[in-house]
Amino acid sequence: MAEAVQRRPSHDGVPLLRARGLAKYFDVSPPFVTRALQGAGRSILRAVDGIDFEIETGKTFSLVGESGCGKSTVARLIVGLYEPTKGHVEFDGQDMAGLTTRKAMEPVRRRMQMIFQDPFASLNPRWRVADIVAEPIRTHRIIEDGREVLHRVGELLELVRLSPRDGEKFPHEFSGGQRQRISIARALASNPEFLVCDEPTSALDVSVQAQILNLMKDLQRELSLTYLFISHDLAVVYHISDYVGVMYLGRLVEWAPAEALFHNPQHPYTRMLLDAIPDLDMSGRPRQAVAGEVPSPIHPPSGCHFHPRCPFANDRCRSEVPKSLPRTGGQVACHAVEENRIPETGKA
Amino acid sequence: MAASTQPPLLEVKNLRIEFPTRRGTLVAVDDVSFDIAEGEVLGVVGESGAGKSLTGASIIGLLEPPGRIAGGEVYLAGRRIDNLPYEKMRQVRGREIGMVFQDPLTSLNPLYSVGSQLVETIRTHTDMSESAAQQRAIDLLGEVGIPSPKIRINQYPHQFSGGMRQRVVIALALCVNPKLIIADEPTTALDVSIQAQIIDLLKRLCRDHGAAVMLITHDMGVIAETANRVAVMYAGRLAEIGPVGQVIKNAKHPYTHGLMGSIPKLAHATERLVQIEGTMPRLTEIPNGCAFNPRCPKVFARCMVERPDLTPVDSSQISCWLYDKTMERTGSHG
Repeated sequence: MAEAVQRRPSHDGVPLLRARGLAKYFDVSPPFVTRALQGAGRSILRAVDGIDFEIETGKTFSLVGESGCGKSTVARLIVGLYEPTKGHVEFDGQDMAGLTTRKAMEPVRRRMQMIFQDPFASLNPRWRVADIVAEPIRTHRIIEDGREVLHRVGELLELVRLSPRDGEKFPHEFSGGQRQRISIARALASNPEFLVCDEPTSALDVSVQAQILNLMKDLQRELSLTYLFISHDLAVVYHISDYVGVMYLGRLVEWAPAEALFHNPQHPYTRMLLDAIPDLDMSGRPRQAVAGEVPSPIHPPSGCHFHPRCPFANDRCRSEVPKSLPRTGGQVACHAVEENRIPETGKA
Repeated sequence: MAASTQPPLLEVKNLRIEFPTRRGTLVAVDDVSFDIAEGEVLGVVGESGAGKSLTGASIIGLLEPPGRIAGGEVYLAGRRIDNLPYEKMRQVRGREIGMVFQDPLTSLNPLYSVGSQLVETIRTHTDMSESAAQQRAIDLLGEVGIPSPKIRINQYPHQFSGGMRQRVVIALALCVNPKLIIADEPTTALDVSIQAQIIDLLKRLCRDHGAAVMLITHDMGVIAETANRVAVMYAGRLAEIGPVGQVIKNAKHPYTHGLMGSIPKLAHATERLVQIEGTMPRLTEIPNGCAFNPRCPKVFARCMVERPDLTPVDSSQISCWLYDKTMERTGSHG
């Protein structure tokens, strides 16, 4: 089934995707009249506030963080569903900001696809599965002949371990896990190299999640796909990723190879997140009490956004935004790490 | 079941919940029996549709029509409560059993301040004066870890964050010191760092108040941290019930075994997760015999025709023919 997919040789050493100073601000101000009457200014929500990362061909890069940290906004920026306020996205060496017309955009669109979180909302309930999966093929005119299209749809459904005969059915006839398989088949229809997966398993039960995660790993190997994987579940991220980035209030606070990040976390926020995961092994390890909650992104704290919850915060943290510095094969944005103020704990 | 001098706090016997539909009757919970001792935390896990929330709702008498208890009995401290008239049940609910739901936004009324909701609950169930109830409400908010409760008590639910709202809901459930708290997915809507806070809070409060908890969740991690015993549900039936350490580390039922393997773990990396093929059957298509038989890697002829009952194995109870002592096959699993 995999032979049908034609693969372009990858440029060695050049990352497939690169984000440079990527930022997205939303204007959440009240209407003009209200502002004028109350003498209030504009309020800007910095959903993503200048982040840099690269994704190598054939690897999985994950973004983790709590709700509201901007990880889904990054996903939408990458596939072009949002226009960046600042910074840019380079795909295969090409700046996507230069692709202003629909025509210029199309060849790139075909090479990157997205899988959404909710398989109940992302499939049109009035379309047959075959039409859903065939939509990208028809839109991009990859195959013109009607019968050939159906043949390809059958192949795609088999690729995600469904039966070609399922194409006749409607989405409501499938369970959540099967629907997510249909979403994946649709995403693969245009032979993409790069998939953006926004919480693809968080609406699923664990046993079904295991099936989908295994399928995604298999497909990555078979089709040499590159993934940007967005999730709030650290265990899932550890399982699937090569590299992991941790986001907090619109900034990337740390990124590192998965092994390093999970076994030798640097940033205090990463440590806190790892410590907060319920312990399935019941080792009875004492837990650091987690302090506080994520502040509002409209009025984020000054300096390092994490300082009000950070046990290692000092005056510098309260005033100066930390820069991302290389550390353990990745990068960390933390004054305390930079100044070696954090006692080594090893594995969290 | 061990013979004790006093009855367990909660005893559920052969509970059966049915939904009559035009196409026949659906059995959502089928012959489920368990008990909870005083001060104990019983975790109830299972995938969506396994019947765990319905079990909780039926105990507290909040089963939504057309769902109905079609069989079985529920005893609270020796007193039968599943057949109480509405008004009597209303008194049990709140005074003797508290409830914490998944979504803290929908379980609080947005039109009333947090304080008035607490005071109303307290005064419904006790004969405290307005001012005493107010003071009790402030104490409760402080106890669940809400900073400056004197100010916060006059605020409305929308002024609280998700984690703080869940704290308020827990305070509501604790208002009149119930003996049992049914917590239905109390941390599912929350972020991990807040989830950890809420778990710690629930644990501490139950210890302090001596309340038993029925903790319904799909998150094995939460169970591992909190529960004393675990009941695993599958397709409306109990697959396994036993001490938390045994179920998590040494799962006996093939379903529990698969379920534990399918959870990605941080401690050790695996290339592939254990995969249970297929999905849980719909209520209309529950197979004969053991409900898990179409997905079970160890299925044999008997599983297809005869439904296994819960049988004691070590300190757990398992409903699986693999552990039937009358047969030659005895408990060896991979």
